[in-house]
Amino acid sequence: MDWEYAPAPESAAIGAIKDRYLPYIDGTFVEGGGDDLITYSPGTAEQLSTVSTVNGADVDRAVAAARRAYEKVWAPMSGAERGKYLFRIARGIAERARELAVVETLDNGKPIKETRDFDVPTAAQHFFYHAGWADKLQHLGLGADPRPLGVAGQVIPWNFPLLMAAWKIAPALAAGNTVVIKPAETTPLSILVLAEVIADADLPPGVVNIVPGAGDVGSTLVNHPGLDKVAFTGSTPVGRSIQQSLAGTGRKLTLELGGKGANIVFADAALDQAVEGIVNGIFFNAGQVCCAGSRLLVQESIAEELLAKLRARVETLRVGDPMDKNTDVGAINSARQLERITTLTQAGRDEGAEVWSASCPLPDRGWFFPPTLITAASSSMRVSREEIFGPVLTVLTFRTPDEALAKANNTPYGLSAGVWTEKGSRAMGMAAGLRAGVVWDNTFNRFDPAASFGGYGESGFGREGGPSGMAAYLDTDDEPVLPSSRSGRKGRR
Amino acid sequence: MNHLAVPKTYKLYVGGKFPRSESGRTYPLRDADGQLLANAARASRKDARDAVGAARKGFGAWSGATPYNRGQVIYRIAEMLDGRRAEFVELLTRGGAGASAAGSEVDAAVDRLVHYAGWTDKLPAVFGSSNPISGPYFSYSAPEPTGVVAVIAPTGAPLLGLVSVIAPILTGGNACVVIAAEPDAYVAVTFGEVLATSDVPGGVVNLLTGSSAEIAPHLAAHADVNALDLTGADAELATELERAASDTVKRVYRPRGTPDFATAPGTARLRAFLEIKTVWHPTGALSLAGGSAY
Amino acid sequence: MTSTVPLPAHLEDAVRSETSLRRFLEGLPGVDPVGVEQRAAALATRSIKKTAKLAAIDLAISMVDLTTLEGADTGGKVRNLCRKAMLPDPEFPEVPRTAAVCVYPDLAATAVEMVRGSGVKVAAVATAFPSGRSSVEVKLADTRMAVQAGADEIDMVIDRGAYLAGRYGVVFDQIQQVKATCGDARLKVILETGELATYDNVRRASWLALLAGGDFIKTSTGKVAPAATLPVTHVMLQAVRDWRDQTGQQRAVKPAGGIKTTKDAIRYLVAVHEVAGPEWLDPYWFRFGASSVLNDLLMQRRTQLSGHYSGPDYVTMD
Repeated sequence: MDWEYAPAPESAAIGAIKDRYLPYIDGTFVEGGGDDLITYSPGTAEQLSTVSTVNGADVDRAVAAARRAYEKVWAPMSGAERGKYLFRIARGIAERARELAVVETLDNGKPIKETRDFDVPTAAQHFFYHAGWADKLQHLGLGADPRPLGVAGQVIPWNFPLLMAAWKIAPALAAGNTVVIKPAETTPLSILVLAEVIADADLPPGVVNIVPGAGDVGSTLVNHPGLDKVAFTGSTPVGRSIQQSLAGTGRKLTLELGGKGANIVFADAALDQAVEGIVNGIFFNAGQVCCAGSRLLVQESIAEELLAKLRARVETLRVGDPMDKNTDVGAINSARQLERITTLTQAGRDEGAEVWSASCPLPDRGWFFPPTLITAASSSMRVSREEIFGPVLTVLTFRTPDEALAKANNTPYGLSAGVWTEKGSRAMGMAAGLRAGVVWDNTFNRFDPAASFGGYGESGFGREGGPSGMAAYLDTDDEPVLPSSRSGRKGRR
Repeated sequence: MNHLAVPKTYKLYVGGKFPRSESGRTYPLRDADGQLLANAARASRKDARDAVGAARKGFGAWSGATPYNRGQVIYRIAEMLDGRRAEFVELLTRGGAGASAAGSEVDAAVDRLVHYAGWTDKLPAVFGSSNPISGPYFSYSAPEPTGVVAVIAPTGAPLLGLVSVIAPILTGGNACVVIAAEPDAYVAVTFGEVLATSDVPGGVVNLLTGSSAEIAPHLAAHADVNALDLTGADAELATELERAASDTVKRVYRPRGTPDFATAPGTARLRAFLEIKTVWHPTGALSLAGGSAY
Repeated sequence: MTSTVPLPAHLEDAVRSETSLRRFLEGLPGVDPVGVEQRAAALATRSIKKTAKLAAIDLAISMVDLTTLEGADTGGKVRNLCRKAMLPDPEFPEVPRTAAVCVYPDLAATAVEMVRGSGVKVAAVATAFPSGRSSVEVKLADTRMAVQAGADEIDMVIDRGAYLAGRYGVVFDQIQQVKATCGDARLKVILETGELATYDNVRRASWLALLAGGDFIKTSTGKVAPAATLPVTHVMLQAVRDWRDQTGQQRAVKPAGGIKTTKDAIRYLVAVHEVAGPEWLDPYWFRFGASSVLNDLLMQRRTQLSGHYSGPDYVTMD
């Protein structure tokens, strides 16, 4: 029987999208001095809302507010009290979960079932988890009374807007810092709804400041001399330039950059679940994930069998309206990103690889790219080395575990890897040998605030989540120095 | 009859061997009275390149050893250094230190090595974790060595400073290329001899003598160097090197002042060259009854 | 020990002896339990509404093997059940009849008499259902009784003791012998997945039953917990999908036991649709072994049409 799932749209009205959103500085929503930006709904390519952006003077005000709040209110406050604010925010997110999921899907273009089942609940969990650390810093193994760094400037990307905001704000506040945070230009809305949650939680003014804007605002923020710490998640080229401009300033930096994750499937893998893991690895969030499993390394002896199953499975993916509850793969976040994906995929063709795309019909409006597999690819092709950041999987083969390890590690990146095998010792051995900050055995794209996340090499440095993630927001420089020589920034009391 | 001395030629320590600089250049080392101590090799960028290659090889062997084994080797360095106490005291006094201060410095260097030897098999216990994630998985996070670290050794404490920067790097399982402080080359190379007799695999420590201003930029830009320790760099050089490091997103350690090596070290130097790796592994229900609610 | 259906060479090899059968079954890819349960849970979030839901409800009704398998069954009970199967909702005569009724073999004749001419099939359990613990002679006699009474379908149980002891040849032979006794009746092979206990065993037993000629692979007797679950059914749907890919033959699947609500039933249909394929969305290729779910399907059907919630007094208890 031909069974069409009827459209099952979530109600857009639940998102209560306003015509205009304002920056959140020093506890109030204020007009910014910059030009308004328009944010679009990638599922339709239509205008969704406008946001007032900040200018340099606003950034100065925000940093000053964060400094005042830090010195007068937040640093003197006990960890237990700080924690209670974070618990409130966690609860607030859970209460407005459905609304936040709709806002996120409309503004980002990802499927509603992902925002509903992953992004929003995990954001709430991040606040809940970090709330508990606030009065337990002495148990981190970093001393009896680890001090915060002070004021943190944070810049987050467009692929998980609300979740990235949680990943940045929660540990910073738990450790006792105050923050000035800038959302991505194309996804400014969910964090401004989070600002309402934060305001409703009565968080003291200035502890969290949100400064929407474009790349110039980001640059102004990360280079601001009033910061003690900078945290950036985004592309490797921008990360490099931030590291360069911060050189010599003494300001602490953590970077969460790009990746070209290897998903390694051995002949003895649980094949059907490996297929699910491959699909999840590259089509979750339409592949717009830094830790995507964007290189499939399949053992040559089962490559044909696996690829047949993979193609059949990819053909069942439902690509379309992000607001439809049955959509598996949503929209690409922007026209610009869609163009990048298209260009790199074409490069694959030009270099002689075979490009196969699912035959699903794409909506006639919005920014969409079909799930795509690139086979007959060699390691040196651009599609094997460069991050595409879209629903495009490059397939390579290997013969032995050593070869798999060498190929997986043969990249300047080092963020994630997947290993599929039923053999325990091999899973453990591969996990030990892979130069990647997160290794998933027989699974992929699992995240939890209790499990640190971050990269090796050009995927960045520093961790988010877990005890190591807390260390990124504390003054952990415990090397004794001669008093007369002490320089620059240090943890302030 | 007076015995005619056989003065030592001071060479580099690279890959477990003592080569001259490929450039053939040297520079004079003088004692506190200005007397010529020796001609030290003036390392070139090609020496630095070779040292990085040696370090990458050494890293393979060193990181593959067990933590216990690494601890035993670092302890052996302490044993060998202690055995050559008199020689190092003499070297330090010739360099201008008072006899008592020189003795204290050597003793402190030995103790420093012993301290770090005891860290090798404790790092995951202290800096790692079993992660209480909310799902049917076992997840752990454990520290791993970063790889190859390029170091600018500090001035002012020829032996203790050198040991205090090298030891924590080795403890974590890393290999290093160290640019010794220019006037302290005589101590550094002699320390290289200590390393060579301590079962330290070749390439794990590489000592270059010469100008850090000349060589360090090449190391900072070298794509196969994973991290920088800028302890001995002056502010201007350090900032220049931090900038160069950004091209390959290197990890950079830069102390916030002049380290007080006499005091017990914290853990900052250890942590600076460790990467935290998180692993997830499914733990399936053993029977169907324990599985899905559906 | 050759099979009675023509198979591709690698599968012919597999059934040449108990040894080769064992090697084949144990060489099948494993099933990661966390992965399969996650996929089942993810598919269970599909939102099936309106026309799609109505279509699913009618399809589900038409796939029900309306079942009574109690020691206390009587002719009266069976006759009532049959009437329900033929006309599930008298106020809505357009509601499809169920696919079959499922009864103990000594009551098969009663059922055959009641459903004659309606299109509802009679499935009879056999082979010392539910435990399967008896001699081969007894099991075949049990089967013969049902076939001679006119049963259209035989629901047999495999010898789980033999399976768990690794005697795959014994299990295989019994299925073949029962199949030979079935005549024109279609054979459903009950794996009793709750006793097989692992997904790997479910996959292996599925392949074993398919190799031996079973027309259906069926999860459970309904007498042991856990009975049917979505992840177990996923594994079995994957097996028939792989079987068709390798042999060109389509075989059928029947989850039984534990399917209580319309929501459950629709989740199973989504699994059929997305794991096996739309060709299986037909009562010939997929059945629900259930009793109480029919009333919930009928109530949900009324709700969809009327716009308000129905109640248990509006559907008949039998």
